[in-house]
Amino acid sequence: MYKYDGIDTQIIQERVTQFRKQTQRYFDGTLAADDYLPLRLQNGLYVQRHAPMLRVAIPYGMINSQQVRKLADVSRKYDKGYAHFTTRQNVQFNWPEIGDVPDILADLSEVEMHAVQTSGNCIRNTTTDQFAGVINNEIVDPRPYCEIIRQWSTFHPEFAYLPRKFKIAVNACPDEDRAAILVHDIGLEILKNDAGELGFKVFVGGGLGRTPIIGSEIRSFLPEQDLLTYLEAILRVYNRHGRRDNKYKARIKILVKANTPEKFASMVEDEWQHLKNSDTKLTAEEIARVKGFFLEPAYDELTNNPASYIQAKEGSTAFSNWIKRNTHAHKKDGYRIVTLTLKKTGIPPGDVTDKQLEIIADLADQYSFGELRVTHDQNLVLSDVRQDQLFEVWEKARSAGFATPNLGMLSDIICCPGGDFCALANAKSIPIADAIQSKFDDLDYLYDLGEIDLNISGCMNACGHHHVGNIGILGVDKRGQEFYQVSLGGDSGKQASVGKILGPSFAQESMPEVIEKILDVFVANRTDEELFIDTFKRIGMAPFKERVYAKAD
Amino acid sequence: MQKLIKNGLIQTSEEDVLDKAFDGSLPSNSALVPLSYFLVHTDAVLAQSNLGVWIDSDETPEDLAPYADKLTLIAINFPKFADGRGYSFARILRERFGFTGELRAIGDVLHDQLFYLKRCGFDAFAIREDKDATAALEGLGDFSENYQADVLQTSPLFRRRKSLA
Ligand code: SF4
Repeated sequence: MYKYDGIDTQIIQERVTQFRKQTQRYFDGTLAADDYLPLRLQNGLYVQRHAPMLRVAIPYGMINSQQVRKLADVSRKYDKGYAHFTTRQNVQFNWPEIGDVPDILADLSEVEMHAVQTSGNCIRNTTTDQFAGVINNEIVDPRPYCEIIRQWSTFHPEFAYLPRKFKIAVNACPDEDRAAILVHDIGLEILKNDAGELGFKVFVGGGLGRTPIIGSEIRSFLPEQDLLTYLEAILRVYNRHGRRDNKYKARIKILVKANTPEKFASMVEDEWQHLKNSDTKLTAEEIARVKGFFLEPAYDELTNNPASYIQAKEGSTAFSNWIKRNTHAHKKDGYRIVTLTLKKTGIPPGDVTDKQLEIIADLADQYSFGELRVTHDQNLVLSDVRQDQLFEVWEKARSAGFATPNLGMLSDIICCPGGDFCALANAKSIPIADAIQSKFDDLDYLYDLGEIDLNISGCMNACGHHHVGNIGILGVDKRGQEFYQVSLGGDSGKQASVGKILGPSFAQESMPEVIEKILDVFVANRTDEELFIDTFKRIGMAPFKERVYAKAD
Repeated sequence: MQKLIKNGLIQTSEEDVLDKAFDGSLPSNSALVPLSYFLVHTDAVLAQSNLGVWIDSDETPEDLAPYADKLTLIAINFPKFADGRGYSFARILRERFGFTGELRAIGDVLHDQLFYLKRCGFDAFAIREDKDATAALEGLGDFSENYQADVLQTSPLFRRRKSLA
């Protein structure tokens, strides 16, 4: 993981001081609420329906055990003893007092954490593959580039007041995309050219929200040293020309679409000519320095499938189910990647208590070099677990509630905080997730269904990524009543696509039943190896529509 | 009189900011004329040392490129502080067109924006009239080090880190 030096520490501490003074001026009335608003947003502080909400950055999802313990600490000291992992590889506290926030930030800065640019119309946390660095099929570890982008985007003086928020994602896997780069403002795909040099394929203008769009490629190969100058060119074109008259049309996707991707690419190219040879051009030395923070941990020399592990799998179906669903092949023999699921029925997706956070930190220390990753589907990853220790990890995770073997399954729902917490919501989202999880808690049935992404957002802002859920649920307001619109066929991976709306929306009570009907159509029509999304792509919307809206006779 | 922070000191702004649609005869007092006026009356404005030009956030700083070495005062308007276009304008004027005269931020200019404005090349700040300019002065020193290159520090931190450590 990246480690701060004295300069990084000083910058973060100066931020805490700056925010403390701003908050004081807000309380003593010299800083108007309207003027304080974007300042607090750029520090991750929202004012929600019930209470303020503080969003803390977890840069590209990396967090260590010391930081996790600090989160537990903060949740006890300033909140109600729990934290919420979000769909943006961040963590939120739902009940802090505004006056406490400077102290919270000071506490967090002790462990190199902050809330910088976790909200507001600026460059947000850069995200990447939760399995970065530990899988076989990646070109290189994307995290050093994420860190380079993090530093470049932190307090960038030119891009703090963009037309809208701005999100960058990086993927380094040629055949998978867990970072969903095609639905980000900028998506970067790491690749090698014919000469074996590293660089990026650059996509712009993807995004969810009101007008979901898949990103367009504007450059097929950008040499790695040009990363920052090129990003600067894109951001400058956007900062100057993005729409500011209508916040629903202010994302870069609208600008790219209005100009066509070709024209937009040439605008960026023109701007880049002025910037490409500036001192912002990366040096080989800097890339090497940052890469030095992401070297392999001290792995043991092991072989795959040790006897004790094989025996444990044979001895327990529950364990072997969990292995199948919640662990993933590791690049190193004798290791596996473990996903701890935070999706137990009855608990809002992504929520963890202070005690659970401490257990998680202990697990990381004992079994995974003290590090964890946060995923965009609101789970946590222990990236380096020895196969001969998996049984122990499973037992501990299970008793703490992190081993529901439903990863990627229907009940592994992505869900925004919705109407229970969020002032912008049209409808609640957590109770819907809950009702669906309760209805479909038969694991045999879930395994039989195979992987299905079910995503829920409480409003058009799409924090729950409903557009790219195989099944998407969106809270809508119908004459003051909470209703839910269902879409089918969304996909966030390499074949990214935006779901299509099934038809008129439904009342909350009927949602589990609607989902059941949709699943019935799938089960009746699928061929042997098909996943839900494959069947949907083959048979289309009509059979689903027919079944769901059939008149009862 | 409107307070102006310039060279780290509080002064008062001498210049009237003429309306964006101004089309009258050349003012004799100190003033900032709008871009459209300047582009029509270029030589006359340039001949008068008490005049500068202001541009709005929906205008184009490239229009001033041919005059960057002749103008002594350019102001960039922030209709709302959340309208960040002026930050890019400033860098383009300084870094691309080599403008070395006074670059003034006008409009919705507040304490908490000063630090970034300064880094983008502004050296004068007409603080919004209802605000305390003396308190705002502090905003110029929020951070002592930055990651990126900017107008004042043309070398990004990654090129200097070693020598600072
Ligand atoms: S999708 Fe809407 S309701 Fe849900 S968290 Fe985002 S803004 Fe709030």
